[in-house]
Amino acid sequence: MDPISLLTITVLAVFVGFEVVSKVSSTLHTPLMSGANAIHGIILVGAIIVAGQAADPWVLAVALLAVVLATANLVGGFVVTDRMLEMFRGRKKPGLENTGSGNREVQK
Amino acid sequence: MILLDPVWTALLYLAAAVFFILALKGLNSPRTARRGNLLGAFGALVAVITVFLSARLDNIPWILGAIAVGTAVAAPVARRVQMTQMPQLVALFNGVGGGAAALVALLELGHAGESWVRLAVVFTLLVGAVSFAGSAITFAKLQELMTTRPMVFPGLPVLMAAVLIAALGAATAVVLTGSLALALILMVLGLAAGVLLVLPVGGADVPIVISLLNAFTGLAVAASGLVLGNVLLLVAGTLVGASGTILTRAMAAAMGRSVAGILFGAFRGGSTAGSTTASDRPVRSSSAEDVAVLLGYAQRVIIVPGYGLAVAQGQHTAAELAQALEARGIQVDFAIHPVAGRMPGHMNVLLAEANVPYESLKEMGEINSEFRTADVALVVGANDVVNPAAKTSSGSPIYGMPILEVADARQVVFLKRSMRPGFAGIENDLMFEPQTTLLFGDAKESLTKVLGAVKGL
Repeated sequence: MDPISLLTITVLAVFVGFEVVSKVSSTLHTPLMSGANAIHGIILVGAIIVAGQAADPWVLAVALLAVVLATANLVGGFVVTDRMLEMFRGRKKPGLENTGSGNREVQK
Repeated sequence: MILLDPVWTALLYLAAAVFFILALKGLNSPRTARRGNLLGAFGALVAVITVFLSARLDNIPWILGAIAVGTAVAAPVARRVQMTQMPQLVALFNGVGGGAAALVALLELGHAGESWVRLAVVFTLLVGAVSFAGSAITFAKLQELMTTRPMVFPGLPVLMAAVLIAALGAATAVVLTGSLALALILMVLGLAAGVLLVLPVGGADVPIVISLLNAFTGLAVAASGLVLGNVLLLVAGTLVGASGTILTRAMAAAMGRSVAGILFGAFRGGSTAGSTTASDRPVRSSSAEDVAVLLGYAQRVIIVPGYGLAVAQGQHTAAELAQALEARGIQVDFAIHPVAGRMPGHMNVLLAEANVPYESLKEMGEINSEFRTADVALVVGANDVVNPAAKTSSGSPIYGMPILEVADARQVVFLKRSMRPGFAGIENDLMFEPQTTLLFGDAKESLTKVLGAVKGL
Protein backbone atom coordinates (compact mmCIF):
# COMPACT_ATOMS: atom_id res chain seq x y z
CA MET A 1 0.00 0.00 0.00
CA ASP A 2 1.32 3.48 -0.79
CA PRO A 3 2.59 5.68 2.06
CA ILE A 4 -0.19 8.26 1.69
CA SER A 5 -2.98 5.70 2.14
CA LEU A 6 -1.17 4.34 5.20
CA LEU A 7 -0.81 7.85 6.60
CA THR A 8 -4.53 8.48 6.04
CA ILE A 9 -5.45 5.30 7.88
CA THR A 10 -3.10 6.17 10.75
CA VAL A 11 -4.48 9.67 11.24
CA LEU A 12 -8.08 8.43 11.22
CA ALA A 13 -7.19 5.66 13.69
CA VAL A 14 -5.63 8.23 16.03
CA PHE A 15 -8.91 10.14 16.14
CA VAL A 16 -10.94 6.98 16.69
CA GLY A 17 -8.57 6.07 19.53
CA PHE A 18 -9.03 9.48 21.14
CA GLU A 19 -12.81 9.42 20.79
CA VAL A 20 -13.33 5.93 22.02
CA VAL A 21 -11.97 6.52 25.53
CA SER A 22 -13.38 9.93 26.35
CA LYS A 23 -15.10 10.28 29.76
CA VAL A 24 -14.28 6.98 31.41
CA SER A 25 -14.87 6.85 35.17
CA SER A 26 -11.74 6.14 37.18
CA THR A 27 -13.32 2.84 38.27
CA LEU A 28 -12.76 1.48 34.78
CA HIS A 29 -9.31 2.91 34.14
CA THR A 30 -7.56 -0.31 35.10
CA PRO A 31 -9.69 -2.71 33.00
CA LEU A 32 -9.54 -0.32 30.05
CA MET A 33 -5.77 -0.15 30.23
CA SER A 34 -5.60 -3.91 30.52
CA GLY A 35 -7.97 -4.38 27.56
CA ALA A 36 -5.93 -2.00 25.40
CA ASN A 37 -2.84 -3.89 26.53
CA ALA A 38 -4.36 -7.14 25.25
CA ILE A 39 -5.21 -5.55 21.89
CA HIS A 40 -1.61 -4.66 21.08
CA GLY A 41 -0.86 -8.35 21.55
CA ILE A 42 -2.08 -8.55 17.96
CA ILE A 43 1.60 -8.10 17.12
CA LEU A 44 1.24 -11.90 17.14
CA VAL A 45 0.03 -11.59 13.54
CA GLY A 46 3.31 -9.87 12.63
CA ALA A 47 5.36 -12.44 14.54
CA ILE A 48 3.57 -15.30 12.72
CA ILE A 49 4.26 -13.71 9.32
CA VAL A 50 7.97 -13.26 10.13
CA ALA A 51 8.28 -16.80 11.52
CA GLY A 52 6.48 -18.19 8.48
CA GLN A 53 8.99 -16.59 6.13
CA ALA A 54 12.11 -17.53 8.12
CA ALA A 55 14.58 -19.69 6.24
CA ASP A 56 17.62 -19.35 8.49
CA PRO A 57 17.37 -21.30 11.80
CA TRP A 58 18.53 -18.32 13.83
CA VAL A 59 15.92 -16.07 12.29
CA LEU A 60 13.31 -18.75 12.98
CA ALA A 61 14.43 -19.03 16.61
CA VAL A 62 14.14 -15.28 17.19
CA ALA A 63 10.81 -15.16 15.35
CA LEU A 64 9.44 -18.03 17.45
CA LEU A 65 10.52 -16.17 20.58
CA ALA A 66 8.50 -13.21 19.30
CA VAL A 67 5.53 -15.53 18.72
CA VAL A 68 5.71 -16.82 22.31
CA LEU A 69 5.98 -13.28 23.75
CA ALA A 70 3.16 -11.93 21.57
CA THR A 71 0.91 -14.87 22.46
CA ALA A 72 1.54 -14.24 26.16
CA ASN A 73 0.57 -10.59 25.66
CA LEU A 74 -2.57 -11.42 23.67
CA VAL A 75 -3.97 -14.40 25.58
CA GLY A 76 -2.83 -13.29 29.03
CA GLY A 77 -4.10 -9.76 28.40
CA PHE A 78 -7.62 -10.79 27.50
CA VAL A 79 -7.83 -13.39 30.29
CA VAL A 80 -6.66 -11.02 33.03
CA THR A 81 -9.03 -8.29 31.80
CA ASP A 82 -11.88 -10.76 31.89
CA ARG A 83 -10.98 -11.69 35.45
CA MET A 84 -11.04 -8.05 36.52
CA LEU A 85 -14.39 -7.53 34.90
CA GLU A 86 -15.87 -10.64 36.51
CA MET A 87 -15.78 -8.63 39.72
CA PHE A 88 -17.97 -5.89 38.31
CA ARG A 89 -21.24 -7.75 37.98
CA GLY A 90 -24.09 -5.94 39.72
CA ARG A 91 -25.39 -7.20 43.06
CA LYS A 92 -28.90 -5.89 42.61
CA LYS A 93 -30.02 -8.50 40.08
CA PRO A 94 -29.91 -11.92 41.74
CA GLY A 95 -31.67 -13.53 38.78
CA LEU A 96 -28.80 -12.71 36.48
CA GLU A 97 -26.10 -14.63 38.30
CA ASN A 98 -23.20 -15.30 36.05
CA THR A 99 -22.88 -19.01 35.44
CA GLY A 100 -20.05 -19.20 32.93
CA SER A 101 -16.61 -19.45 34.41
CA GLY A 102 -15.38 -17.02 31.81
CA ASN A 103 -13.07 -19.62 30.44
CA ARG A 104 -12.38 -19.19 26.81
CA GLU A 105 -9.55 -19.58 24.40
CA VAL A 106 -7.97 -17.06 22.12
CA GLN A 107 -5.34 -19.22 20.61
CA LYS A 108 -5.72 -21.31 17.54
CA MET B 1 -1.59 -22.47 2.55
CA ILE B 2 -3.48 -19.74 0.77
CA LEU B 3 -7.23 -20.11 1.00
CA LEU B 4 -8.05 -16.43 1.15
CA ASP B 5 -7.35 -13.98 -1.64
CA PRO B 6 -6.10 -10.48 -0.72
CA VAL B 7 -9.59 -8.96 -0.82
CA TRP B 8 -11.03 -11.41 1.70
CA THR B 9 -7.92 -11.06 3.82
CA ALA B 10 -8.32 -7.28 3.89
CA LEU B 11 -12.03 -7.61 4.74
CA LEU B 12 -11.35 -9.99 7.61
CA TYR B 13 -8.62 -7.71 8.98
CA LEU B 14 -11.08 -4.83 8.75
CA ALA B 15 -13.60 -6.89 10.73
CA ALA B 16 -10.96 -7.58 13.39
CA ALA B 17 -10.14 -3.85 13.60
CA VAL B 18 -13.84 -3.06 14.06
CA PHE B 19 -14.04 -5.62 16.87
CA PHE B 20 -11.11 -3.90 18.57
CA ILE B 21 -12.83 -0.51 18.34
CA LEU B 22 -16.03 -2.00 19.76
CA ALA B 23 -13.97 -3.61 22.52
CA LEU B 24 -12.47 -0.28 23.62
CA LYS B 25 -15.88 1.36 23.35
CA GLY B 26 -17.45 -1.38 25.48
CA LEU B 27 -14.79 -1.01 28.15
CA ASN B 28 -16.03 2.54 28.76
CA SER B 29 -19.05 1.44 30.76
CA PRO B 30 -19.36 -1.15 33.54
CA ARG B 31 -22.44 -2.66 31.90
CA THR B 32 -20.79 -3.47 28.58
CA ALA B 33 -17.17 -3.88 29.69
CA ARG B 34 -17.05 -7.65 29.87
CA ARG B 35 -18.75 -8.08 26.52
CA GLY B 36 -16.36 -5.52 25.08
CA ASN B 37 -13.35 -7.51 26.22
CA LEU B 38 -14.82 -10.70 24.70
CA LEU B 39 -15.38 -8.87 21.40
CA GLY B 40 -11.72 -7.87 21.45
CA ALA B 41 -10.65 -11.47 22.04
CA PHE B 42 -12.91 -12.60 19.21
CA GLY B 43 -11.38 -9.99 16.89
CA ALA B 44 -7.92 -11.28 17.77
CA LEU B 45 -9.01 -14.85 17.02
CA VAL B 46 -10.37 -13.78 13.61
CA ALA B 47 -7.09 -12.01 12.83
CA VAL B 48 -4.90 -14.96 13.82
CA ILE B 49 -6.95 -17.44 11.78
CA THR B 50 -6.86 -15.02 8.85
CA VAL B 51 -3.08 -14.79 8.84
CA PHE B 52 -2.78 -18.58 8.74
CA LEU B 53 -5.18 -18.82 5.80
CA SER B 54 -3.91 -15.88 3.77
CA ALA B 55 -0.11 -15.95 3.73
CA ARG B 56 2.36 -18.48 2.41
CA LEU B 57 3.85 -19.68 5.68
CA ASP B 58 6.57 -22.22 6.36
CA ASN B 59 7.36 -23.67 9.78
CA ILE B 60 3.67 -23.93 10.70
CA PRO B 61 4.18 -26.73 13.26
CA TRP B 62 6.84 -24.62 14.97
CA ILE B 63 4.59 -21.58 15.00
CA LEU B 64 1.66 -23.51 16.45
CA GLY B 65 4.01 -24.96 19.06
CA ALA B 66 5.20 -21.46 20.02
CA ILE B 67 1.61 -20.25 20.31
CA ALA B 68 0.82 -23.25 22.52
CA VAL B 69 3.79 -22.46 24.74
CA GLY B 70 2.82 -18.79 25.06
CA THR B 71 -0.75 -19.72 25.91
CA ALA B 72 0.25 -22.44 28.34
CA VAL B 73 2.43 -19.97 30.22
CA ALA B 74 0.22 -16.88 30.17
CA ALA B 75 -3.35 -18.17 30.52
CA PRO B 76 -2.95 -20.05 33.85
CA VAL B 77 -0.95 -17.16 35.35
CA ALA B 78 -3.59 -14.65 34.25
CA ARG B 79 -6.36 -16.87 35.61
CA ARG B 80 -4.80 -17.60 38.97
CA VAL B 81 -2.97 -14.39 39.84
CA GLN B 82 -3.97 -12.71 43.08
CA MET B 83 -6.00 -9.61 42.31
CA THR B 84 -3.51 -7.61 44.37
CA GLN B 85 -0.74 -8.60 41.97
CA MET B 86 -2.69 -7.80 38.84
CA PRO B 87 -0.97 -4.44 38.12
CA GLN B 88 2.44 -6.04 37.75
CA LEU B 89 1.00 -8.77 35.56
CA VAL B 90 -0.43 -6.15 33.21
CA ALA B 91 3.01 -4.51 33.16
CA LEU B 92 4.59 -7.85 32.31
CA PHE B 93 2.20 -8.60 29.45
CA ASN B 94 2.75 -5.09 28.13
CA GLY B 95 6.51 -5.56 28.23
CA VAL B 96 6.54 -8.85 26.33
CA GLY B 97 4.30 -7.30 23.67
CA GLY B 98 6.82 -4.48 23.23
CA GLY B 99 9.62 -7.03 23.09
CA ALA B 100 7.81 -9.03 20.41
CA ALA B 101 7.35 -5.88 18.30
CA ALA B 102 11.06 -5.04 18.61
CA LEU B 103 12.07 -8.57 17.54
CA VAL B 104 9.72 -8.48 14.55
CA ALA B 105 11.23 -5.18 13.43
CA LEU B 106 14.77 -6.50 13.89
CA LEU B 107 14.08 -9.50 11.66
CA GLU B 108 12.35 -7.39 9.01
CA LEU B 109 15.25 -4.97 8.65
CA GLY B 110 16.77 -7.09 5.90
CA HIS B 111 13.58 -6.81 3.82
CA ALA B 112 13.23 -3.07 4.32
CA GLY B 113 14.55 -1.35 1.21
CA GLU B 114 12.85 2.03 1.17
CA SER B 115 14.06 4.52 3.73
CA TRP B 116 10.58 5.27 5.17
CA VAL B 117 10.16 1.55 5.90
CA ARG B 118 13.56 1.57 7.61
CA LEU B 119 12.39 4.58 9.60
CA ALA B 120 9.42 2.49 10.78
CA VAL B 121 11.84 -0.34 11.63
CA VAL B 122 14.03 1.82 13.85
CA PHE B 123 10.99 3.37 15.53
CA THR B 124 9.52 -0.05 16.34
CA LEU B 125 12.87 -1.31 17.53
CA LEU B 126 13.57 1.64 19.81
CA VAL B 127 10.08 2.11 21.27
CA GLY B 128 9.50 -1.64 21.66
CA ALA B 129 12.80 -1.98 23.54
CA VAL B 130 11.99 1.00 25.78
CA SER B 131 8.61 -0.52 26.55
CA PHE B 132 10.10 -3.95 27.28
CA ALA B 133 12.82 -2.71 29.64
CA GLY B 134 10.61 -0.07 31.25
CA SER B 135 7.89 -2.63 31.93
CA ALA B 136 10.43 -5.04 33.40
CA ILE B 137 11.57 -2.38 35.88
CA THR B 138 7.93 -1.50 36.61
CA PHE B 139 7.24 -5.17 37.28
CA ALA B 140 10.23 -5.40 39.62
CA LYS B 141 9.08 -2.31 41.51
CA LEU B 142 5.50 -3.51 41.95
CA GLN B 143 6.59 -7.02 42.87
CA GLU B 144 8.97 -5.36 45.33
CA LEU B 145 11.93 -7.17 43.84
CA MET B 146 13.59 -3.77 44.07
CA THR B 147 12.87 -0.59 45.98
CA THR B 148 9.57 1.07 45.12
CA ARG B 149 11.02 4.48 45.78
CA PRO B 150 12.42 6.84 43.15
CA MET B 151 15.99 5.89 42.29
CA VAL B 152 18.10 8.83 41.28
CA PHE B 153 21.84 9.22 41.15
CA PRO B 154 23.96 12.19 40.17
CA GLY B 155 24.43 12.29 36.44
CA LEU B 156 21.22 10.44 35.65
CA PRO B 157 19.85 13.25 33.44
CA VAL B 158 23.21 13.45 31.64
CA LEU B 159 23.32 9.70 31.15
CA MET B 160 19.73 9.69 29.87
CA ALA B 161 20.52 12.48 27.42
CA ALA B 162 23.65 10.65 26.27
CA VAL B 163 21.70 7.41 25.68
CA LEU B 164 19.00 9.25 23.74
CA ILE B 165 21.52 11.08 21.56
CA ALA B 166 23.39 7.83 20.89
CA ALA B 167 20.08 6.13 20.05
CA LEU B 168 19.20 8.94 17.66
CA GLY B 169 22.58 8.58 15.99
CA ALA B 170 22.29 4.80 15.74
CA ALA B 171 18.76 5.12 14.37
CA THR B 172 19.92 7.54 11.65
CA ALA B 173 22.76 5.21 10.75
CA VAL B 174 20.41 2.21 10.51
CA VAL B 175 18.05 4.14 8.23
CA LEU B 176 20.96 5.07 5.97
CA THR B 177 22.84 1.75 5.93
CA GLY B 178 20.38 -0.95 7.02
CA SER B 179 23.14 -2.47 9.15
CA LEU B 180 21.97 -5.28 11.43
CA ALA B 181 24.82 -4.74 13.91
CA LEU B 182 23.85 -1.09 14.33
CA ALA B 183 20.23 -2.18 14.77
CA LEU B 184 21.30 -4.45 17.63
CA ILE B 185 23.16 -1.53 19.23
CA LEU B 186 20.01 0.58 18.82
CA MET B 187 17.99 -2.10 20.59
CA VAL B 188 20.44 -2.19 23.50
CA LEU B 189 20.26 1.62 23.75
CA GLY B 190 16.47 1.35 23.77
CA LEU B 191 16.63 -1.12 26.65
CA ALA B 192 18.93 1.24 28.57
CA ALA B 193 16.59 4.18 27.92
CA GLY B 194 13.64 2.15 29.22
CA VAL B 195 15.46 1.36 32.46
CA LEU B 196 16.58 4.96 32.96
CA LEU B 197 13.08 6.24 32.21
CA VAL B 198 11.40 4.23 34.95
CA LEU B 199 14.07 4.15 37.68
CA PRO B 200 13.37 7.69 38.95
CA VAL B 201 9.61 7.14 39.11
CA GLY B 202 8.21 6.73 42.62
CA GLY B 203 6.13 3.74 43.62
CA ALA B 204 2.80 5.55 43.78
CA ASP B 205 3.22 6.84 40.24
CA VAL B 206 4.08 3.47 38.73
CA PRO B 207 0.52 2.73 37.48
CA ILE B 208 0.62 5.83 35.31
CA VAL B 209 3.92 4.68 33.87
CA ILE B 210 2.38 1.29 33.03
CA SER B 211 -0.33 3.11 31.12
CA LEU B 212 2.25 5.25 29.33
CA LEU B 213 4.35 2.23 28.36
CA ASN B 214 1.14 0.57 27.19
CA ALA B 215 0.65 3.46 24.77
CA PHE B 216 4.31 3.09 23.73
CA THR B 217 3.84 -0.57 22.87
CA GLY B 218 0.75 0.41 20.88
CA LEU B 219 2.84 2.86 18.84
CA ALA B 220 5.56 0.24 18.31
CA VAL B 221 2.95 -2.22 17.03
CA ALA B 222 1.51 0.46 14.74
CA ALA B 223 4.96 1.12 13.27
CA SER B 224 5.50 -2.62 12.81
CA GLY B 225 2.31 -2.53 10.72
CA LEU B 226 4.10 -0.07 8.42
CA VAL B 227 7.14 -2.36 8.32
CA LEU B 228 5.11 -5.42 7.34
CA GLY B 229 2.58 -3.51 5.23
CA ASN B 230 -0.13 -4.92 7.50
CA VAL B 231 -3.08 -2.56 7.96
CA LEU B 232 -4.51 -4.43 10.96
CA LEU B 233 -1.33 -3.99 12.99
CA LEU B 234 -1.24 -0.35 11.96
CA VAL B 235 -4.84 0.32 13.01
CA ALA B 236 -4.83 -1.75 16.22
CA GLY B 237 -1.49 -0.30 17.35
CA THR B 238 -2.58 3.26 16.59
CA LEU B 239 -5.85 2.74 18.49
CA VAL B 240 -3.95 1.57 21.56
CA GLY B 241 -1.36 4.32 21.22
CA ALA B 242 -4.02 7.05 21.01
CA SER B 243 -6.41 5.69 23.63
CA GLY B 244 -3.49 4.85 25.90
CA THR B 245 -2.27 8.44 25.73
CA ILE B 246 -5.70 9.78 26.69
CA LEU B 247 -6.00 7.21 29.47
CA THR B 248 -2.57 8.07 30.84
CA ARG B 249 -3.56 11.72 31.05
CA ALA B 250 -6.88 10.86 32.70
CA MET B 251 -5.13 8.68 35.30
CA ALA B 252 -2.57 11.38 36.02
CA ALA B 253 -5.37 13.92 36.39
CA ALA B 254 -7.15 11.65 38.90
CA MET B 255 -4.01 11.82 41.03
CA GLY B 256 -3.50 15.54 40.49
CA ARG B 257 -0.23 14.90 38.68
CA SER B 258 1.11 15.70 35.27
CA VAL B 259 2.78 13.03 33.17
CA ALA B 260 5.88 15.18 32.70
CA GLY B 261 6.03 15.83 36.45
CA ILE B 262 5.96 12.10 37.14
CA LEU B 263 8.67 11.25 34.63
CA PHE B 264 10.98 14.14 35.33
CA GLY B 265 9.97 15.18 38.87
CA ALA B 266 12.77 13.18 40.45
CA PHE B 267 15.26 14.71 38.05
CA ARG B 268 14.53 18.22 39.24
CA GLY B 269 14.27 18.10 43.01
CA GLY B 270 16.52 16.00 45.19
CA SER B 271 14.01 15.92 48.03
CA THR B 272 11.32 13.71 46.52
CA ALA B 273 12.96 10.56 47.77
CA GLY B 274 11.02 10.43 51.06
CA SER B 275 12.23 8.17 53.83
CA THR B 276 12.00 4.53 54.77
CA THR B 277 12.77 4.88 58.44
CA ALA B 278 10.02 4.64 61.01
CA SER B 279 9.44 7.80 62.95
CA ASP B 280 9.82 7.86 66.72
CA ARG B 281 7.37 10.68 67.36
CA PRO B 282 4.80 9.73 69.99
CA VAL B 283 1.47 8.31 68.79
CA ARG B 284 -1.61 7.03 70.57
CA SER B 285 -2.04 3.32 70.03
CA SER B 286 -4.86 1.31 71.49
CA SER B 287 -6.40 -2.15 71.64
CA ALA B 288 -8.90 -3.82 69.32
CA GLU B 289 -11.52 -3.60 72.08
CA ASP B 290 -11.16 0.18 72.30
CA VAL B 291 -11.53 0.48 68.55
CA ALA B 292 -14.61 -1.76 68.68
CA VAL B 293 -16.21 0.53 71.28
CA LEU B 294 -15.46 3.60 69.14
CA LEU B 295 -17.04 1.94 66.13
CA GLY B 296 -19.91 0.20 67.91
CA TYR B 297 -21.30 3.37 69.48
CA ALA B 298 -20.87 5.60 66.45
CA GLN B 299 -23.72 6.67 64.19
CA ARG B 300 -21.74 6.96 61.04
CA VAL B 301 -18.55 5.16 60.08
CA ILE B 302 -16.54 5.66 56.90
CA ILE B 303 -14.03 2.97 56.05
CA VAL B 304 -11.02 4.02 53.96
CA PRO B 305 -9.44 0.90 52.46
CA GLY B 306 -5.92 0.97 51.05
CA TYR B 307 -3.36 -1.31 49.57
CA GLY B 308 -2.45 -2.74 53.01
CA LEU B 309 -5.97 -4.18 53.22
CA ALA B 310 -5.57 -5.83 49.86
CA VAL B 311 -2.13 -7.25 50.66
CA ALA B 312 -3.43 -8.75 53.90
CA GLN B 313 -6.40 -10.21 51.95
CA GLY B 314 -8.57 -8.47 54.54
CA GLN B 315 -11.30 -7.22 52.22
CA HIS B 316 -13.70 -10.03 53.22
CA THR B 317 -13.20 -9.26 56.91
CA ALA B 318 -13.72 -5.55 56.22
CA ALA B 319 -16.99 -6.41 54.46
CA GLU B 320 -18.07 -8.52 57.46
CA LEU B 321 -17.21 -5.71 59.86
CA ALA B 322 -19.31 -3.33 57.78
CA GLN B 323 -22.24 -5.77 57.96
CA ALA B 324 -21.86 -6.20 61.73
CA LEU B 325 -21.88 -2.43 62.21
CA GLU B 326 -24.87 -2.00 59.93
CA ALA B 327 -26.70 -4.62 61.97
CA ARG B 328 -26.27 -2.25 64.92
CA GLY B 329 -27.94 0.50 62.90
CA ILE B 330 -24.75 2.31 62.01
CA GLN B 331 -24.38 3.85 58.59
CA VAL B 332 -21.24 2.47 56.96
CA ASP B 333 -19.66 3.58 53.70
CA PHE B 334 -16.41 2.79 51.96
CA ALA B 335 -14.50 5.82 50.68
CA ILE B 336 -12.55 4.89 47.58
CA HIS B 337 -9.68 7.09 46.53
CA PRO B 338 -9.16 7.00 42.75
CA VAL B 339 -5.74 5.44 43.22
CA ALA B 340 -6.45 3.32 46.29
CA GLY B 341 -4.71 0.02 45.82
CA ARG B 342 -2.09 0.31 43.17
CA MET B 343 -4.07 1.35 40.14
CA PRO B 344 -7.16 3.46 39.54
CA GLY B 345 -10.16 1.23 40.12
CA HIS B 346 -8.11 -1.50 41.78
CA MET B 347 -9.85 -1.15 45.14
CA ASN B 348 -13.30 -1.34 43.57
CA VAL B 349 -12.32 -4.66 42.04
CA LEU B 350 -11.03 -6.02 45.34
CA LEU B 351 -14.08 -4.95 47.36
CA ALA B 352 -16.50 -6.15 44.71
CA GLU B 353 -14.73 -9.50 45.00
CA ALA B 354 -15.56 -9.45 48.74
CA ASN B 355 -19.26 -8.84 47.97
CA VAL B 356 -19.35 -5.28 49.22
CA PRO B 357 -22.44 -3.81 47.53
CA TYR B 358 -21.57 -1.39 44.75
CA GLU B 359 -23.75 1.31 46.40
CA SER B 360 -21.58 1.45 49.54
CA LEU B 361 -18.50 2.25 47.51
CA LYS B 362 -18.32 6.04 47.38
CA GLU B 363 -15.98 7.88 45.07
CA MET B 364 -13.81 10.61 46.51
CA GLY B 365 -15.78 13.58 45.17
CA GLU B 366 -18.99 12.16 46.59
CA ILE B 367 -17.76 11.28 50.07
CA ASN B 368 -15.29 14.04 50.90
CA SER B 369 -17.94 16.47 52.18
CA GLU B 370 -19.44 13.71 54.34
CA PHE B 371 -16.41 13.06 56.55
CA ARG B 372 -17.59 16.07 58.59
CA THR B 373 -20.67 14.11 59.64
CA ALA B 374 -18.76 10.89 60.39
CA ASP B 375 -18.03 9.83 63.94
CA VAL B 376 -15.21 7.53 62.96
CA ALA B 377 -13.03 7.30 59.87
CA LEU B 378 -11.45 3.85 59.88
CA VAL B 379 -8.33 3.88 57.71
CA VAL B 380 -7.28 0.33 56.90
CA GLY B 381 -3.87 -0.10 55.31
CA ALA B 382 -3.98 3.28 53.56
CA ASN B 383 -1.59 6.13 54.11
CA ASP B 384 -0.67 8.34 51.16
CA VAL B 385 -4.29 8.84 50.03
CA VAL B 386 -5.20 10.42 53.39
CA ASN B 387 -1.94 12.29 53.94
CA PRO B 388 -2.55 16.02 54.51
CA ALA B 389 0.97 16.68 53.25
CA ALA B 390 -0.57 16.46 49.78
CA LYS B 391 -2.36 19.74 50.58
CA THR B 392 0.05 21.52 52.87
CA SER B 393 3.63 20.64 52.08
CA SER B 394 4.69 21.81 48.65
CA GLY B 395 7.99 19.93 48.82
CA SER B 396 6.29 16.57 49.23
CA PRO B 397 6.30 14.11 46.33
CA ILE B 398 2.53 13.71 46.65
CA TYR B 399 1.87 17.48 46.80
CA GLY B 400 -1.18 18.32 44.71
CA MET B 401 -2.72 14.86 44.83
CA PRO B 402 -6.36 15.10 45.95
CA ILE B 403 -6.84 13.27 49.26
CA LEU B 404 -9.70 11.87 51.31
CA GLU B 405 -10.48 14.39 54.04
CA VAL B 406 -10.45 11.94 56.94
CA ALA B 407 -9.14 14.68 59.26
CA ASP B 408 -12.68 16.13 59.23
CA ALA B 409 -14.09 13.09 61.02
CA ARG B 410 -14.53 13.28 64.79
CA GLN B 411 -12.21 10.33 65.36
CA VAL B 412 -9.67 8.76 63.04
CA VAL B 413 -8.55 5.17 63.53
CA PHE B 414 -5.58 3.84 61.59
CA LEU B 415 -5.05 0.11 61.27
CA LYS B 416 -1.39 -0.16 60.32
CA ARG B 417 1.29 -2.79 60.18
CA SER B 418 3.95 -0.48 61.56
CA MET B 419 5.00 3.15 61.61
CA ARG B 420 6.82 2.59 58.34
CA PRO B 421 5.74 5.25 55.81
CA GLY B 422 3.48 4.35 52.88
CA PHE B 423 4.22 3.47 49.29
CA ALA B 424 5.36 6.98 48.43
CA GLY B 425 7.68 6.98 51.44
CA ILE B 426 6.34 10.04 53.25
CA GLU B 427 5.42 10.40 56.88
CA ASN B 428 1.78 11.17 57.65
CA ASP B 429 1.25 13.96 60.19
CA LEU B 430 -2.33 12.91 60.68
CA MET B 431 -1.13 9.97 62.76
CA PHE B 432 0.22 12.29 65.43
CA GLU B 433 -3.00 14.33 65.81
CA PRO B 434 -4.94 14.08 69.11
CA GLN B 435 -8.09 12.74 67.41
CA THR B 436 -6.16 9.82 65.93
CA THR B 437 -5.90 6.31 67.36
CA LEU B 438 -3.63 3.64 65.96
CA LEU B 439 -4.03 -0.11 66.09
CA PHE B 440 -0.89 -1.90 64.98
CA GLY B 441 -0.87 -5.26 63.26
CA ASP B 442 -1.64 -7.05 60.02
CA ALA B 443 -4.80 -5.49 58.56
CA LYS B 444 -6.70 -8.76 58.44
CA GLU B 445 -5.80 -9.85 61.96
CA SER B 446 -6.66 -6.44 63.38
CA LEU B 447 -9.98 -6.41 61.55
CA THR B 448 -10.78 -9.92 62.79
CA LYS B 449 -10.09 -8.86 66.40
CA VAL B 450 -12.15 -5.69 66.02
CA LEU B 451 -14.96 -7.67 64.40
CA GLY B 452 -14.96 -10.16 67.30
CA ALA B 453 -15.03 -7.33 69.82
CA VAL B 454 -17.87 -5.53 67.99
CA LYS B 455 -19.94 -8.71 68.02
CA GLY B 456 -19.33 -9.01 71.77
CA LEU B 457 -20.55 -5.50 72.59
